[in-house]
Amino acid sequence: MALSGVEIFKLLPKTNCKKCGHPTCLAFAMKLAQRQASLDQCPDVSEEAKKILGEASAPPIRSITFGSGDRAVKIGEETVLFRHDKKFVNPCALAVEIKDTLSEGEITKKIEEVLASEIDRVGQKLRVDAIALTNASGDKGKFESAAKLIASKAPNVPVILSTTDPASAEAAVKLFAGKKPIIYGANSGNAEAMANIAKTEKAILGVVANGLDELSTLTEKIKALGVEDMVIDSGAKKAEEMLENNTMIRRAALKKNYKPFGYPVINFAQRDDSLHEALIASVGITKYASIIVVSGIEKWKNLALFTLRQNIYTDPQVPMQVEQKIYKIGEATPDSPLTITTNFSLTYFIVSGEIENSKVPCRLAVMDCEGLSVLTAWAAGKFTASKIATFIKESGIENEVKHRELIIPGYVAILSGSIEDKLEGWKVTVGPREANGLPAFLKARTA
Amino acid sequence: MAFTAPKETYSGKVYNVTIGTGERAASFGGENVLPFLPFEGTIPNKPLIAYEIQDVPPTDWPENVQKPFSSVSGDPVTWAKFCQDTLKAKAIALRLIGTHPDRENRSPEDAAKTVKDVLSAINVPLIILGSNNAEKDAPVLIAAAEAAKDKNCILGKAQEANYKTIAAAAMANNHKLIAMSELDINLSKQLNILITQMGFDKERLITDPMCSALGYGLEYTYSVMERIRLAALTQNDLTMQPPMLADVGMYVWKIKETQAPESDVPSWGNAEERGIAWEATTAAALLMAGAELLIMRHPKAVEAVGKLIEEL
Ligand code: B12
Ligand code: SF4
Repeated sequence: MALSGVEIFKLLPKTNCKKCGHPTCLAFAMKLAQRQASLDQCPDVSEEAKKILGEASAPPIRSITFGSGDRAVKIGEETVLFRHDKKFVNPCALAVEIKDTLSEGEITKKIEEVLASEIDRVGQKLRVDAIALTNASGDKGKFESAAKLIASKAPNVPVILSTTDPASAEAAVKLFAGKKPIIYGANSGNAEAMANIAKTEKAILGVVANGLDELSTLTEKIKALGVEDMVIDSGAKKAEEMLENNTMIRRAALKKNYKPFGYPVINFAQRDDSLHEALIASVGITKYASIIVVSGIEKWKNLALFTLRQNIYTDPQVPMQVEQKIYKIGEATPDSPLTITTNFSLTYFIVSGEIENSKVPCRLAVMDCEGLSVLTAWAAGKFTASKIATFIKESGIENEVKHRELIIPGYVAILSGSIEDKLEGWKVTVGPREANGLPAFLKARTA
Repeated sequence: MAFTAPKETYSGKVYNVTIGTGERAASFGGENVLPFLPFEGTIPNKPLIAYEIQDVPPTDWPENVQKPFSSVSGDPVTWAKFCQDTLKAKAIALRLIGTHPDRENRSPEDAAKTVKDVLSAINVPLIILGSNNAEKDAPVLIAAAEAAKDKNCILGKAQEANYKTIAAAAMANNHKLIAMSELDINLSKQLNILITQMGFDKERLITDPMCSALGYGLEYTYSVMERIRLAALTQNDLTMQPPMLADVGMYVWKIKETQAPESDVPSWGNAEERGIAWEATTAAALLMAGAELLIMRHPKAVEAVGKLIEEL
């Protein structure tokens, strides 16, 4: 829990020496409480105060970078329980399980699926983030050779090395030196050995327990052994328990600043039935998992899970937007039709997709309406006749196209007359209401 | 530091709504906790899934969701029986889409007959939905409500533009009522208040905050639902305590992801599995946000969501 200004003040030197740039220690304390100043501005603060204040100001859920390089994923750092309060911060990572009992060919195939999983959706690149190698064989040699295969074929993909045997973990983790892998897991039987390996190899430690009580004892113990980066698993497998424990962990960390649970959560959603697995993963995506491990990554499933993750992690205050500009779709010439819409990502992607489907080259003028959909922008006074007229005039489009015809969305048909009044020399045509009417509409015009 | 579970106690409770009559009557709602957290309260009922059927053949549904019903969907009665007997539906939602003026423009009398016929063929509860044309829905739903008198159906959807007639019809014929507003918690609250001010019992309402499909504004529905549920439980806001509907099938099966063949978008994978997953995932997310009543289409999606509910 954050400390109040007065609580912080009690820990400061109280000399009012002004070296921090503030007139008094109390004034500085107030700024600290509002997170508008940083403790190192005071040169005289005691070590003890540093420790207490440092802990109090640390984010309630630790931020961890999993993996390295361009494919590294940041996890943790969440600040709320409900997405309408504030944006969920770091989208949960999806990892696919590879068992070391698979043949070399099968492992290679899965690795290739992971590497090829990237999909572009509303302007974001989405993909399977990580590989979880499981020591299903219980054999150290098999685990190590599967790890070697992954390290050579997918050197940039973050990995989770799942084994409870310290020797196997140590052998495998060395193959990912400097790449911030996760060793999963430390349990009550092997905690010391695993903590030592994680510390020496600078790996993240996955901690697994039988329930929340044991988990809190374990993370405390491991922290005392010097490991700071952990991801935690309460051991829950069934959806009900997973939801309950994830909720308890998030609540304890945020509302009670309960440090033993101040780490990102990892959930294992593997099921034999792939659709069932997708729904278990959906529970994790909506409710507080930072890493979800699945067993299969069919393309249809990836698309659904990526999309859900994207939806849940969008900023509730700021809709996703695209840049205001006149987009060319297909080989647009100066005679091609000119359409207009707003800059809400979803609107833009639906409309541009349908224009592409029509195979009729077009220009699509995308006007900045603060990311609102056509009707919302219209209702909010951002997609009005005069704003559209100004945008068209200032866009320079009159030099780009020969004609003077603007196609507007059917839902704002009401604007057609007033746009014509304000945009001299232009004719306004009302298009269909729904974008899926665009292909027929555009084709009919060229026919 | 020993761990003490940060349990919450809530002051409010969602109304428990029972629909249908006799042995197959079904209940939903009634909980006094956030979705699927039984350790800090009671959850007397599981969410209820109703199979969607319509009064006219589903030619407007994508191929992959028409298929499972191809031998029965020519006639609403056969279709309803198939859902009840073969698919083990616990409830059926009959959408009178054929009454829409831009469609078959069927009359209120025709709609009433369809309702009667379907009701006499099934014993599970029935949800009767208009075509979502605010003007036409008024006479259609009045006729339908009368045809279903005392069968304890759900009538819907009452919207700002037509709630008076539809609520009156539901009241006169002893039905429950869906109140739908468009993705705004205040509008939803306001509509519930307006309807109860007419003398309609608030415990007979079902709130539809408007559904949206995964990838097409799901996050708006999700958050409005969570906010409604929190208002009901933490603030004991009586106007926000009716159970919530997620009308999933209709919104999901009109978007590109449930229709585009794999040949058009190879990176999206198998179209049939994709459509099913889309419907099931949308439903699963909205369950987590607090929906207690779902209307769905594809049997495999319904089955998967049922299996998830069993595990929760
Ligand atoms: C989600 C939503 C919101 C979100 C905003 C989301 C966003 N980024 O825009 C929030 C909650 C913030 C919001 C706020 C408001 N909203 Co609002 N909102 C909606 C809702 C439910 C969905 C909008 C949406 O995302 N549509 C999806 C996108 C893709 O649709 P679209 O942009 O229109 O694009 C489609 C077509 O127009 C067409 N198209 C688009 N471009 C083009 C171009 C061409 C050339 C062609 C041919 C076709 C075409 O294709 C697309 C797909 O078919 C609608 C209700 C509804 N069912 O539509 C109300 C709605 C738009 N909102 C409305 C209102 C009044 C408001 C508010 C003013 C007040 C309020 N009710 O809260 C505020 C204003 C916001 C502000 N900043 O001041 C009204 C508009 C009323 C009207 N028509 O008179 C609606 C219709 C709800 C209603 N019936 O009351 N809203
Ligand atoms: S520098 Fe430190 S001791 Fe000096 S006024 Fe600021 S807070 Fe007080």
